[in-house]
Amino acid sequence: MEALARSLVQAVPAIAGVPFWTVTLLVMVVTAAVLLVFALTFGGVGSYVLRKVAGDIQVRIGPNRVGPYGILQFLADGVKLILKEDIIPAKADRFLFVLAPYLVFIGSFAAFVVVPFGVGLIAADLNIGVYYVMAITSLVVVGILMAGWASNNKWALLGGMRAAAQIVSYEIPVGMAILPAVLIAGSLSLQDIVRSQGGLLGVFGWNLFHNPFTFFSFFLYFTAAQAETNQTPFDLPEAESELVSGYNVEYSGIRYAFFFLAEFGDMFIVAALATACFLGGWHVPFFRADALPALWGNLLSLGVFLVKAFGLVLVMMWVRWTLPRLRVDQLMRMAWKYLVPLTFANLLGVSLWLLVFKGKGIPQMIASIF
Amino acid sequence: MDPKALFDALKTRFAGAVPELQAEGFRPAFVVVSPDALLDVARFLRDDPGLRFDSLMCLSGVDYKERFAVAYHLYSMTHRHAIGLKVFLPRENPSVASVDSVWPAANFMERETFDLFGIDFPGSKDMRRILLPEDWEGHPLRKDYKYPEFYHGIKI
Amino acid sequence: MTTPAEALHTQEMLINMGPQHPSTHGVLRVLLRTDGEVVVNARPDMGYLHRGLEKIGERVTYAQFMPFTDRLDYLAAMNCNCAWAWAVEKLAGIEAPERAEYIRVIVCELNRISSHLIAFGSFTADMGAFTPFLYSIRERERVNDLFEMTCGNRLTYNYARVGGVSADLPRGFLEKTKEFLDYFEPKIDEYNKLISYNKIFVHRLANVAVITGEEAVAYGLTGPNLRGSGVAFDLRKDEPYSVYPKLDFQVCVGSGERGTLGDCFDRYMVRINEMRESVKILRQAIARIPEGPVLAKVPRVFKPAAAEVYVRTECPRGETGFYVISDGTVLPNRLKIRAGSFVTMNIFEKVTRGLMIADIVAVIGSFDIILPEIDR
Repeated sequence: MEALARSLVQAVPAIAGVPFWTVTLLVMVVTAAVLLVFALTFGGVGSYVLRKVAGDIQVRIGPNRVGPYGILQFLADGVKLILKEDIIPAKADRFLFVLAPYLVFIGSFAAFVVVPFGVGLIAADLNIGVYYVMAITSLVVVGILMAGWASNNKWALLGGMRAAAQIVSYEIPVGMAILPAVLIAGSLSLQDIVRSQGGLLGVFGWNLFHNPFTFFSFFLYFTAAQAETNQTPFDLPEAESELVSGYNVEYSGIRYAFFFLAEFGDMFIVAALATACFLGGWHVPFFRADALPALWGNLLSLGVFLVKAFGLVLVMMWVRWTLPRLRVDQLMRMAWKYLVPLTFANLLGVSLWLLVFKGKGIPQMIASIF
Repeated sequence: MDPKALFDALKTRFAGAVPELQAEGFRPAFVVVSPDALLDVARFLRDDPGLRFDSLMCLSGVDYKERFAVAYHLYSMTHRHAIGLKVFLPRENPSVASVDSVWPAANFMERETFDLFGIDFPGSKDMRRILLPEDWEGHPLRKDYKYPEFYHGIKI
Repeated sequence: MTTPAEALHTQEMLINMGPQHPSTHGVLRVLLRTDGEVVVNARPDMGYLHRGLEKIGERVTYAQFMPFTDRLDYLAAMNCNCAWAWAVEKLAGIEAPERAEYIRVIVCELNRISSHLIAFGSFTADMGAFTPFLYSIRERERVNDLFEMTCGNRLTYNYARVGGVSADLPRGFLEKTKEFLDYFEPKIDEYNKLISYNKIFVHRLANVAVITGEEAVAYGLTGPNLRGSGVAFDLRKDEPYSVYPKLDFQVCVGSGERGTLGDCFDRYMVRINEMRESVKILRQAIARIPEGPVLAKVPRVFKPAAAEVYVRTECPRGETGFYVISDGTVLPNRLKIRAGSFVTMNIFEKVTRGLMIADIVAVIGSFDIILPEIDR
């Protein structure tokens, strides 16, 4: 932030008289606004894409009335949700009821800060990047529990309890599955993790191909992440056909929109993390993105990152519309009896590999032969 | 099994409790049973190895204008034969023992008969109205049923 | 000796799986008493759709009651129409011409396919897999188009008449039906590949709500629910009516292939296999249908002799029985409708003890109940 502020002052001498902290503050606000716009746009366009993908898989057309090919559907939905009557159930706990959607949205949106969009395109390159994401996305649990409780509705309560159990349980496999990437990079900072995957030609620098254990842990991460974001087959908290929409059953209008946007935000965060940690992040295959001239490098790496992240989001949607839902005890069993031991064993495997082969992955070993 | 033969077998076992066989124009044929002996006849029909009527197809109330009746249609999965039982009841306080201890399938059908005819089934494990609201007055399928004008203040 | 629940001072929760719920297949209310997620008692509460069809039956003539049978089980309306027609024909001693019987069998089996498609689709949708529902709706649309060819209607057909069917099959119907069968048969394998043997789906259904054969018979289960528990009883084979004796098909019985015999998965697979058998029956019926009249000479308003009959037919949801009492006048004296779904609900309370809330949905779906039939 400070570096950006300094370069801005250098570039525009007119504002040299303004105190430095205002410029920094301005830079921060603009960055936050850009990220917010990105998150909201992703939520909106993502909902359109979700419905079109669903339509494709389900041999129907999907939205096609509002705008050409139904492109403006999300705008229509947004306007509708904003204009709806704000209904709060009579016996609901007003304060918690109102607070819950904001907590859920904050928990999801605050993680955008450390997403490495491109070369030098990161809002704050925290040196505890991964750790920060794990911590801040846990806020979602608090919000969902609040929503379930404050709605004064037994179905919402059930949904909230299920969500709490599910998200808390799946935090562990998610964390353990991300750790191999951290071990290889030697740092929790996401930019460092991405940079550690550069150097080799094409896609072979990716952590995915580093060693068999990281290959495995990508899929473990993806499965656990599907559970973190409440997507089918893990969508019990909002199981539409059992709990009549679970914890957000009493929410309507803009409050419901917050939950919805938070869900898409979570999906993007999960996909972005997977891209950054396993799929090479913003590394452009066959190019050295940080060696390109300034603007081209930024934009190209941004484009590559978004393509990879959106691809993963599409895969999540694809899985969502294909598989049935797990029952709550099966879900817990899967987390604790299968994913946790597997991710632990995986982590052990990666650690041993790095110890034995001194941090070199398979592609590097093959490259060093030539 | 031939209804006449069955009727004779029942007559020898439960003398007096089975006054009549309705065979002409009745498919399946009905054995008329007196209300007090119904439970014993039912148990015998289910447990006797030659008869083995293990399935209750249908249990219905009937309003013949002078009296009520409860008609039981029985079927045997093992021997693949069918028979009917009929119990005639007076119009005041009609009641006959419940057979849901013999065929658990009878429970809902007896509740429906109670709901729509007012025939009571003492000994049933659960006797409540089933199709109509709990506080409905009257029994609609009776021939002398008068349609109410209001229900909870709503004109119907 | 205090149980863990007592030691923790936990309480049972009374949840209302209310009349409006996405998974109760109609307006069914289930009062759940749960200890957390485990159900202690689930009591069904019916009657939200009670329209007094049996009382109406006493005020309209036999022929006039036909449209009401459509509304009895609207997803298998042809079967209910034909069931009523067969009942009245047995009562009055009328015989329908052979072509009419073949037509009835054809439309009944087509309707069985479309009813099982809905059962399959809504069941998988309840389990969370929304996609197979739309595939089954796509197939069902083609069946609806076929029905529209015959009688002009897509849901409530009013096609059968006492003495035959209302109109002959239009030109091209049999060819279109054959096309549909050729298109549909491989789809069943597609569904099995997509969802039936999917591990998650199997785990949701296997060993849930096991009903043994004796229990099923004692509690009055019929149709696919009875056959799912291993009892090989099908009215089309064991008490054959119409032209079924001339047609060759298998009775689909549950086999406990994934889990225990008589669990939800068996009931589900029985329906899938029955669709295959219906295709077989249809091919034979199309090949053998004779020419001839389609409606016997029956007076518009006829007075059958005083008699009582109980006639039952194999509808997709079980046995639909009509107990008709005629007293020699134009109106029936008593018209009792024995619906498969109604008697199936007998076992609901017993079988759901100790299950989880998610399993309640699975049980309701595997029983394939429909509320108009339950409530009449």
